[in-house]
Order: sequence, then C-alpha cells, then structure tokens
Amino acid sequence: MTRMRTRLIVLQALVLILLAALTVRLWQVQVVRGPELMNRATETRTRVVIVPAVRGQILDSSGRPLVRNKTALVVSVDRTGLTRMKDQGRKVLGKLSQVLGRPVAHLAKRITPCGPKVPKPCWTGSPYQPVPLDEKVDTREALQILERQEEFPGVSAEIHAVREYPGGRAGAQMLGYLSPVTEAELEKRVGLKATFSGVDLAGREGIEYVYDEELRGKAGLRRVQVDRMGKALGVEQEVEPVAGDHLVTSIDSRIQAVTEKALQRAMKSAPQADGGAAVVLDPQTGRVLALSSAPDYDPAVWAGGISERMYRHLLSEKSGKPLVSRAINGQFAPGSTFKVSSVTSMLRAGYPLNGKYSCPGSVNVGGRAFNNFRGIPLGTLSLHLALVKSCDTIFYRAAFEEYTRDGGRSPKKNAKEVFANTARKFGFGSPTGIDLPGESSGRIPDRRWKKETWALTSATNCKRAGTGYPEVKDAARAAFLKRLAHENCTEGFVLRPGDSANFSIGQGDVLVTPLQLARAYAALVTDGKVRSPRIGWALVRPDGKVVKKVPVPVVGKLPLQEKERLYIKNALSQVASDGTAAGAFSGFPMDKVRIGGKTGTAEVWGKTDTSWFASFAPTKNPRFVVVVMVSQGGMGAQTAAPAAREIYEGIFGIKKPAALPGGKPVSKLPAFAPDGTVIRE
Amino acid sequence: MTSGALRGRRRSLARRAFGPESIVWRLDGVLLVAVIALSVIGALLVWSSTRTWAPGSTGLLKKHLLNQGIGVFLCAGVSMMDYRAVRAYAPLVFLVSLIGLGLVLTPLGATINGSHSWILLGGGFAVQPSEFAKVGLLLITSMLLAQPVEGTDRPRGLDVLLALVVAAMSLALVMLQPDLGTALVLAAISASALMISGVRKRVIALLTLVGVAGVASVFFFELLEPYQLARFTAFLDPSVDPRGVGYNSTQSLIAIGSGQLFGKGLLGGGQTTGRFVPEQHTDFIFTVAGEEFGFLGAATVVLLIGVVLLRGLKIARQCDDRFGTLVAGTIVCWFAFQMFVNVGMTIGIMPITGLPLPFVSYGGTATFANLIAVGLLQGIRVREQQSYA
Repeated sequence: MTRMRTRLIVLQALVLILLAALTVRLWQVQVVRGPELMNRATETRTRVVIVPAVRGQILDSSGRPLVRNKTALVVSVDRTGLTRMKDQGRKVLGKLSQVLGRPVAHLAKRITPCGPKVPKPCWTGSPYQPVPLDEKVDTREALQILERQEEFPGVSAEIHAVREYPGGRAGAQMLGYLSPVTEAELEKRVGLKATFSGVDLAGREGIEYVYDEELRGKAGLRRVQVDRMGKALGVEQEVEPVAGDHLVTSIDSRIQAVTEKALQRAMKSAPQADGGAAVVLDPQTGRVLALSSAPDYDPAVWAGGISERMYRHLLSEKSGKPLVSRAINGQFAPGSTFKVSSVTSMLRAGYPLNGKYSCPGSVNVGGRAFNNFRGIPLGTLSLHLALVKSCDTIFYRAAFEEYTRDGGRSPKKNAKEVFANTARKFGFGSPTGIDLPGESSGRIPDRRWKKETWALTSATNCKRAGTGYPEVKDAARAAFLKRLAHENCTEGFVLRPGDSANFSIGQGDVLVTPLQLARAYAALVTDGKVRSPRIGWALVRPDGKVVKKVPVPVVGKLPLQEKERLYIKNALSQVASDGTAAGAFSGFPMDKVRIGGKTGTAEVWGKTDTSWFASFAPTKNPRFVVVVMVSQGGMGAQTAAPAAREIYEGIFGIKKPAALPGGKPVSKLPAFAPDGTVIRE
Repeated sequence: MTSGALRGRRRSLARRAFGPESIVWRLDGVLLVAVIALSVIGALLVWSSTRTWAPGSTGLLKKHLLNQGIGVFLCAGVSMMDYRAVRAYAPLVFLVSLIGLGLVLTPLGATINGSHSWILLGGGFAVQPSEFAKVGLLLITSMLLAQPVEGTDRPRGLDVLLALVVAAMSLALVMLQPDLGTALVLAAISASALMISGVRKRVIALLTLVGVAGVASVFFFELLEPYQLARFTAFLDPSVDPRGVGYNSTQSLIAIGSGQLFGKGLLGGGQTTGRFVPEQHTDFIFTVAGEEFGFLGAATVVLLIGVVLLRGLKIARQCDDRFGTLVAGTIVCWFAFQMFVNVGMTIGIMPITGLPLPFVSYGGTATFANLIAVGLLQGIRVREQQSYA
C-alpha cells in the first residue's frame, strides 16, 4: 500500500498544481486583462445607433421660416435583419418594390454598404442603422407596410424631418442645401465623424453650410444591446440628441419675395438676359434684407437625395447654372455705377469738389478718342451734374491725367494709382466677407494685375500673334484677334492709357459683384463705414434663448470727408428724378419716398450690355440699398432700374399694400416662446 | 394499535437514519458541503444562461433541479451500498455501459447539439451512455487492478493487460460516436487507475509512449474530424479565424474577462444574456460564472472542485482496501481532468473539447454519473471508518 500512497501524494501535488494554474490564469484573464476584455465585451454586446438631432430652422427677421423641417414618412430597412433571412431578404424587397413602385435591383443597391468596389447608389451609413429607402412615401404606402408587419419583417415606416422651403425658389442659392457627407469631409472636419449617423446630412452652399455646426445640433446616441444574432435586446445607454439652434436671419421674407418677382420680371423683359441678381441691404446695419439670383431653382429637389440627372442639369449651361449665386459670384464690369469711386478718386487726386469741369463729346486719351455716351457733349458741369447726367469724358480726362502723373507707360516707382486704390477702399477687388461660402472677389485691373496676367497669358498670346486664328472663319474677326494677340504679347504687361480711362467709368477689365456694389453704396449713403454684410442675425436655442448674435464687422472706411460724402449722395439723390433713371422712375411718388441711385450700362465684348442700377431710399435717411444687375440686360435704365423700382414699390407699398408697413427694416429680433415657437404680435 | 405500531416503526427508521450509529454522521461533511455548493451554483448558472431562451421563462432550471434531485437519490443509494459489494457488480455495470454505448450506434441513438451520443427515452428525456461509461470503466479497471501480485503492491501483468483491453473497448465505442472529449476522459481514467495501482514506472513510461504514438498517428493518418483539427489549430492561435472556430474561445475569454474582479451579478451578464458564447449552459457554463460572479466567484468554483478533489484524495489515502483506494483515486483523476480541460478551454489554456464541468453544467446523465461518483466516495469513507471503528 505504501506505493499507492506515494502515487496518491504525487497525484495530490499534481491536483494542487492544476488548481494553482487555473487560479493564476483566471486572475490574469479577469483582473489583469479584465478592463481590456470588458471593453471588447461592450463592443461585441452593443451596437451604437446614432440618433440624429433635429436641424434648426432658418428664419427671417420676423421669425417666419425660410427653411423649416417637414415631417416626412420615411420607409427604412434593417439591413442586418434582411441579410440574416434565408433568402437574404429578397422576398421582402420584392414586396417592398411593389408597394413603392421601384425596381428590386435599385432597392438592393441602396441598402448595400458603400465600399471601394461598390458604386452609388449605396448606403454610406453604419450597417446597424436602418437604411432609408424612400423619403417620399405617402400615408397609404406607409400604412400598407405598417399594417402588415409580418409580411415586411425588418421594414419600418417612420417619421423623419426633411427640409422644406416655404418661400419656394426664393433665395435658393443663399439658403443652400443639404446632402450626405462625403468620406473626405468626414476625415477633414473634426468631431463630425463621431456624430455622423449616415442619416443626417451636412449643409452645402449658402447659410446651411456656413452655420452648419450650429444648425445641426448634437446627435444623440443609443447603445443598443444585441445578442449573438444581432437582435436588439434593449437599450443600455441613451443620450438624447440636442436639437440644433435656429438661425434668425436679417432676410425679410416679404422683401425677398418682392425682390424675386422683380428680378424674374426684369429677366423676362430683357430678351438676351442670361443671369441677374438683386441685393437689398439695410445700409445702417450692413445686414442683408434680400438676396436673389436668377436663374433660380427649387431647392426642394435636394430633399431625399437629388437624382444624378437633375444634378447634372443644374450644373449645365443649358439650365443657366442656377446653383451659382450671381449676387456673390456674378462678376461684371459695373459701368457708371462705379463713378462714385471715380469721383472720390478725383477728390483724393486733388480735383476740387466745387470745381467746374467741361464735358466734351470726346477726349483724346493717349492718342485715341474716348467718347461720351453716343458722343454727346454735355457742356460745363459740376461734379454733381457729372454724376446725374453720367458724363464720361470728365472721368476719362482725370483718370488719364492721374495715369500720366504716375508715369504712364513707364510708371514711377511709387505710382499713387489713386483710382485703383480708392476703388479698393470702396471694398472692390476683395470678397465682402459675407456669411456665404465661395464668394468672388471681383477685380481691380491695376498695373500689378496687368503684369501678373501677362505672365500667365503671354505664351499663348505670343504664339497666336505668329500663327493667327486660322480656325476663325470670319476673316475680319481673325485679323482682329491676331492683332489683339500681338498687342497683348508685346505690351500686355503695360497699363495702357485706354485701360485707365475705361477703369474710371467701370468698363474694361474691372469686375465687381452685385453685393460689393451694394455695400459700397450702403457705406456711401450712411456713415462712410464699409461693412462686411451679414445674413445671419442671431442663433436661438430651441427653447427660445438667444445664444449668439451675429455682429456685422466694420472692415473699412471710405476715403471721403463727410461734406464730400453728402455731396455725392445728394447728386445720386437726383438721378432717379432728373438723371439717367428718370424715365424708369417716371410716375413714382418721389414726394413720398425719394429714391437715389445710379444707373450702369457696362459693355461686354461680343455680348449685350450688363444692366445695373445701384440705389438707396429714402434719400434723407436711407434704410434700404437696392442693387439690381441683369447680365445681357441692356441699358441700366432699361432693365435694372425698373426692377429696382418694383422692389421699392413693394417695400413702401406704392401700388400694393406695403411689404414693410413702417417703411423700415425689422430692427428687433423676434421673440420666442419657451417651446421655440415665434411669438407674433 | 396499528397506528401506534406504524409510528414506532417510523421512529425506528428515523433513529436508524439519524441515530448515533447512523452512517449519516460518518459521511465526509466537507465533501458534502462542497458538492451541495457546486450544485446550487450550477443551478443558478443554468437558470441565468437558459432563462433567455423564452421571455419570462426559467429556462432549464426546473429540469436541472429535477435531475439533481434524482442524482441525490442515486448518490444516497450508492453511498449506502458497501463498496465491496459494488466490486462484485463491477463487471455487470461495465457490461451495461458497453451495451449503452453500443445502442447509441444503433438507430436508437440520437444526435443532440451535433454529437451523436444520446438515446432518447421519450417525454423529453434522453440519456448519454458515455457518461455512465466513465463510471463503468473506472469500476471495472479498479476491480481488475485491485488484486496485487502476492506479497507486492503491484497489479498482475494479466490484469494490467485486461484493464487496457476494457479501456480500449469503451474508447473504441465512444470514438465511433465520435466524442473526443469523453474518449479523453476515459483514457485519463484508465491511465490514472494504472498509475495509482502501482504499475512499474517503466510500464507507465511505455504506456505514455504508446499514448503519444497514438495521438501522433491520429494526426498523421488524419483520423480526426476536420472540425476537431480546426479546434486544435484555433487553440494554438485563436486569431486564425475569430468568426469561425476561433469564435468560441475568443467569445468565452471575453465573457470571463469582462466579469473582472467582482462580476456583473447573477443574471447581469450581458455576454450571457446575448448568448455570445455557445453551449453556455453545458460545456461553457464556466463563462457564466466568470462573467456574473467575477474572479472571486469563478475562483470559488475552482476552489470548491479543488475541495472535492482533495477530500477524494484523502478518502483514497485513508482507505485500507486497494479497490477502495483505486476507485476513490480514479474518481479524483476523472474530475480533475474534466475540470481542468473544461475550465482551461474557457480561459484559453486548453483546446476546445465538448466536456461538461462536473456538478455545475446542465445535463442529466452527467449529473447522475457525477453524483454516483460522489456516492461511491462517501460509501468508501463510511465503510473505512466503520472498519476502523
């Protein structure tokens, strides 16, 4: 028995070793690696479903919605559920395609997660997120699905928020739109990835883009506990989404509507017109009251995802590129509206304010005759009348004199370039900084610009100067082009006398955007301060608390003394009654509301003139600056000025009830009830 | 009159059961308490892991309690028997277990959860003869090896040979199912009985060599099912196929690890509720203990089984009879092996094989077999003390 005892003792030792081994290993797994494995457990056991926050509304200055959320019935499909079915959910998709009237193949593609080899349409969101298949189902279709849940396992019809535009097409470009976030954007924008669900969208273009972060709010999170098969067992953690802030804008939807209509009518009245813009500013605050661009489009096309065809159409020449806002991206020669800058340039160059200037039909600029409009001489004029009658030769001569003083073709080292620098002080040549993305800066064609452009284009021009334009059939035109190429090749870097003359009356290479012109006029007719216009006014929390007011920064000052500024303003105040726009405003009750402004007719080579009218009202204490531009609209007095008149008639209620009863922009933020609704008086 | 006589008879029964000379007082109390504790924990874990099968149900808890109840009767019955009498029945028990194993291979056999090792009894009941085969083999082997060579304490060569033959018989039948886990337990029972019985070290060495050669040939001649081979590969490197064969070991490690020191509380295990670990009421029940009771609870389970093993060894040592010592020692080895493989596979130190955790896992036949083994241990202890007394 002793041998057995020994063996049993060996056995006992073995058992103790095994027990120790298990205990040590248990300690290692549960205590040492415990926290790590706990995390992995949470990962495997739960699925995070992101609950998108309700996007804030965009309101006008009285609290009327410009963009609001409409509840739409959305049919979504639980992809994981479908793929676990025996037939991969084919039967369910088949039935769904009958109800929705869409091909099965299309539905199948929509629910396939996007990947390097999976092209659109595909699903960009998380595989555990229900895939919205159709945002535009009607109640009948939704009921068909909801009432027969057993036939549609994994399919749900839910109410989602979809953007809606009560103003229709009004200000579509300014408002912008929403579309799904791209992979690249997710990487670029910090914090977006963590809260992006694949359901919610990012603001694109317009104020939806600029105020995207505030409008979007904070997505909520639901950590759903699932079992091995992915079936949800319960909610483990729930973080409520925080609804986005509402953005109150200074846009007045009544003025916006009037402006849209006036612009559309102007576009129709000019047969060649291919684009237009209208800007209404509150010159005292620098806030934007209305911003229109033509051609326009219906922003509702974005709701629920735009079709590839529609998108291509919106980008095409044929549709007139309605996505482009001419108000901030339309760059055109400003014509005579630019003379406010040129008058100021003359004053800064030392020409007396109260001097008398002769306005002949034509002046010689560097050996070339530069004519007044239709070559009509206007006699001897004060600067006041030079503006009212829109004399060109006075400005030609002054610009040429300054050009010569700067050294002409061989400029001095410290050339003053008064005309160009003054124009810059009016805010031309650089973006206004408005709260809209992708604004154009316009162009001030000074000596430096000439050089830079020449450096970029001389190679082509010099080649063309040799080869000519054999592909151009018209012999005369080909010859002209060849001469031009030769000229540009040999002396394209030189600011020629003619360039300076053209610049002084807003022709030639100078380009401005309607918004730039509007803010220059706003500064001119109020306090001389150049502002960076703002559309956003205040951000309001869903509970009605004002979170942030959007200030309007002053970015510059006009180089004018108060006396000079008022002189110019006075001159402009006579244009609509006695000057170039008198025809357009005939019959307008100037005794009630006096309108000031300046017409502009800018020549575009090979095209119809650009029609401009930059204006303000009332002249005494201006509350509105209206700038209308119609590309290929002809004379300023012919197309743009009547449109501006229509806008004023709407604002002040000349023919119809007034859009603004007080004749003043809204100056107080709308009041909000604690539930976020606007309190109306 | 009659009622009084009856009362007296009843009283005498009670006196016999709990009187000063009753064997109840000679039972190993520590062993008893450990087994009861393990059974209670087992019932709780079976409840926790099966209640999610249907909403609002208690899962397999009631059935498990019933099994345990039957097991207790079997245990009590066996412990009342004189183990020397059991020795006489050993060949019969072994024969019956062989027949059971054979029946599994006939059309009477049924496949449950992928293993063809069941005989259906109807009414939702089924037996797993391979569990009884463990008891059968350990009894017949102990019986064969109990008779030493005259004047020595080594078994006779012929008996050793016979022991190997009976082991081979039951092993062959189990491998035909095939049930690798049970086969390994049977091999462990046979080997440990041989070791305890005092065979020469060179015989042990030789048998070890044969065993290694056997395992090698299994691999070499590809006798294993592909899934069994895959399990071994996955054991060596679970990251090979985390969704496939590596899934079980990965998920079971996650479940246990996530319990950390104190566990998530009974019914509080999310991994258990989500049924991420397969077979979590049988082979992987230890993951439930690990997740819901934490390191403290899981270590307690190991410790309680350790107590059973050590008490078993003590009984083996204190027994003067070769047969008793062999039976007790072999039972300890059986439990030790099964526990180590079972717990080890859930914490990634053993490959995955389908073996239940003694006293804890759900499973009727296994519960019966385990409790019968405990009955044998108690019986040996009781008789030993009796003989000393």
